[in-house]
Order: sequence, then C-alpha cells, then structure tokens
Amino acid sequence: MSRVYPEELAREFERPPFEFDDEAGREIAIRPSEGEAPNDEEENGGEKGNKEFEALVEMYVAFDPADRAQGIPPARESQVREWLGTILEGGCDVLAWYGGECVGHATLVPDGEDAYELAIFVLDEYQRAGIGSQLMEGLLGHGQAQSAERVWLTVERWNDVAMALYRKFGFETSDTESFELEMALRLQ
Amino acid sequence: MEVLLGVDGTDSSLRALEEVTERAARTGDALTVGIANDPDAGALGTGTDADDDLETQVREIADQVGMEVEVRRLGSDLGSELVEVAQTDDFDRLVVGGGERSPMGKIELSSDTQFVLLNAGTSVTLVR
Repeated sequence: MSRVYPEELAREFERPPFEFDDEAGREIAIRPSEGEAPNDEEENGGEKGNKEFEALVEMYVAFDPADRAQGIPPARESQVREWLGTILEGGCDVLAWYGGECVGHATLVPDGEDAYELAIFVLDEYQRAGIGSQLMEGLLGHGQAQSAERVWLTVERWNDVAMALYRKFGFETSDTESFELEMALRLQ
Repeated sequence: MEVLLGVDGTDSSLRALEEVTERAARTGDALTVGIANDPDAGALGTGTDADDDLETQVREIADQVGMEVEVRRLGSDLGSELVEVAQTDDFDRLVVGGGERSPMGKIELSSDTQFVLLNAGTSVTLVR
C-alpha cells in the first residue's frame, strides 16, 4: 500500500468526555462509547452498552439516505446491526448526544496494518451546527489516549464540506489515484 | 446475449462470476471471462502460474452450475482491455465486480472498474 502520511505530527486533541453548545444553541455531549454490541451484554455488565447500542441503531435507521458514503451506513436495520457489530469491535468510538438521543458517531477501525480507518456521521438535522468538528476533536483525542498512531480515510471527491473538515484537523491527501480521495494523519 | 465478465482474482470479482454463471445457466447467455492478475491479491503472486490458478478457479466456479465458459487471458491492464475486447468483439454486456470493502465497510472501486465505467461503449453491470 502506497499510503503517505504527513511528516508532521498532529496537535494534541481534547479528550472526551466534554460538552459544548452547538450553533443552534443545543447542549451536546461528546463521550467515548462505553459498550459493545448486545451479544457482549453480559460481560459488560449489560444495560449501559445495550442502551447505547440501541441509540446508535436508532440514529442510523433515521439516517438520510443522501448522506450515505460509499455504501455505509447500510440501508436496512438488520444490516446496520451487523455492520455496527463489526466496527464497534475496534473499540475506538465517540458519540455525540443531545439528551438521550445519539446524534453523531465517529469511529476508528483497525485496518490490520497498525493504522486506523476513520469515519464520521452526523444526523441530518444536527448538521451545519459545529457538531462534526467537536466529534472529530473528541475522536482524535480518544485515539491519542488509546495510542493510535496513524489514521486514514477515504472521501468522495465531490464532498467539499467533508474534505474541508478533514484538512482543518491536519489530514493531508495520501493517494490521488483511486476512485475516492484518500487522506491521512499522523496522530503521535 | 453475449456477456463479457472481467475477473481479477479479488473476492468481489469471484462473487460476480458466481452470480453471472448462475444467471447464464438459466438464461442461456454466452459467457466469456477475461482474466488478469491482480497485483494486490498477493497470494496469487504474478506470472503464468498465477494465471493458471485463476483460470482453474474460474473453470471450477463455472462447473458448479454446469456452465461452459470461454476464458480469455488479457494483460495486466484489465480495465482497458475489457473495454477494447467488448467493443471489437461486439459483446452486448460487460460485467465487473462491485468493489472491495475497506475495514470500515466502505466500498472501494478499483482503478480497472473505474476505467470500465467511464470508458465502456457497452452497457456495464456492477455486481453487488
């Protein structure tokens, strides 16, 4: 794989949990995920992880199909559950909460080559209010706390908003040859 | 219908092969499989041995549904060769795999697939 990471290290990011008021005046909490898929319920002491998982499923079921990227999140609830079960195993997930509603999710998934693939999702009606930036901040802070060193992502070339967000956090283009644009960041 | 399927040895291309042979066995479509090495599919290696392996694999999958397929060995630049062959030999349909999944589950289209989608003069089916 010919992925090129920036020479420079990223800055230190704020570690979750933290709270802020978004641009629409809503109080949003950014928190690391505490549980895994429901089948791990017993080992994790149950309830909390399960509730969180169900809140995440609910968010993805309500997700605007137009906000899908490269086939994720999947369309049907059963597929959402299966997909979440797989990516939550990676163990580096940060959620945005508005009261008891999960409105955003950012995740690092190990790629098996000592690096992590990043993705971030914000529910349609909570977009354009600064939640994405805070979620990125919290995810990268959580990643640093968990000793993740290198992070990469792919983004559709027309998605200027997402690309601007990634650049703001220090991501640089790492591969221009594939269908989607690939960007990378050195966390520590 | 004359169908040309591109197989580069990746999982998605082999899944496409399974689906297309099953369909062709029912509809009576004539199926030609263009194969090339996928330099990223490490286990297959490079060179003639790997081509033989892939050809054997293709024939085995076709055998499962009793399909006779014509296998054509195309060069390593599979995308452009598929487009070329589909046009010069008057195929009705070009079929390619629907892309591999990243660790996150994102679909990633190979550069060959991208080339086929943008340049084919034939209708293209992407198998999911």
